Amino acid sequence: MKNIRLLIIGVAFGFVLAKGEVISWFRVYEMFRFESIHLFGVIGTAVFVSMFFNQLIKRSKMKDIDGKIIEIPKFYDGIVQYLIGGTIFGIGWALTGSCPGPLYIQIGYGTTVMIVAVLSALLGSFLYGLVKNYLPHKHK
Amino acid sequence: MMHSLLYEPWPWFVTGPAIGLLYFALYYVGKRFGISGTYKTACSMLGGGKFADYFKINWKADIWNLVFVAGMVIGGYLAGVVFPNEVGVDLSAATIASLEEMGLSSYSETMIPSEIYTWETLFSLKGFIFIVIGGLFVGFGTRYADGCTSGHGISGIANLEYSSLIAVLGFFIGGSTVTYFLIPIIMKL
Repeated sequence: MKNIRLLIIGVAFGFVLAKGEVISWFRVYEMFRFESIHLFGVIGTAVFVSMFFNQLIKRSKMKDIDGKIIEIPKFYDGIVQYLIGGTIFGIGWALTGSCPGPLYIQIGYGTTVMIVAVLSALLGSFLYGLVKNYLPHKHK
Repeated sequence: MMHSLLYEPWPWFVTGPAIGLLYFALYYVGKRFGISGTYKTACSMLGGGKFADYFKINWKADIWNLVFVAGMVIGGYLAGVVFPNEVGVDLSAATIASLEEMGLSSYSETMIPSEIYTWETLFSLKGFIFIVIGGLFVGFGTRYADGCTSGHGISGIANLEYSSLIAVLGFFIGGSTVTYFLIPIIMKL
């Protein structure tokens, strides 16, 4: 049952990101050149609505569907790992035209060669796990 | 109305709020909003724990992550194959001019350039850089930054986190540099 809920949310997420052209290499190219409002508008309004729910969840101490109080996790403080990690991801985002979610969605969308990009991203994640202890982090 | 929702790209003011609703839906069912963690789960499941402690996690507890991934693939299939768009991408004039200069014109019919993302181009230097190297950077970068567009860009910023602001700044430093300076060079390969 739990997994069916998540499957449905996943389907909705895939559909929304595809129809909203979030999975479009062209739109990502356009965004990184600051030539259109489209993806800035998507991210901006998504943040705005999420911020509303974030406040609602915290202020009302909202419970989830299983009756547990919803906790919103925080990231560790720090600059180096977020700046460098973010920059590395940005390079990949511009090249593939995808963030991690759209990589999966594009496969279903019909661009099956993105299976290779997903495998490559898995390898990238794996390499990070190998060298993690040699990289600057604020936390372990 | 229904027809255009199914067969046409959505405007940003529909897409963004829809993502915000899904942010809430995930918290409401007891999960959190963040996609790149699914790659860590998959690495653990494939036996990554034998090579690095980072992957020594109880991936069975995170299996929901992969169910979510399966959902995303199905959602993409519905959007691209079952209900394909009848129009291309409505890009800005400035973007179109620079794309045409690089010989890219498939935006008029598809949202992912058919000049780059095919099995044939995968085996060219150009395709290798865009697909394989690009994927590597996505995987490594999102793990190092501990989040991607969903985790930092939306969830983290919505939670007013300084760390996420720094990460988003990084996304644009890397992405814009590559887009302005590197992509025109790669396209000539």
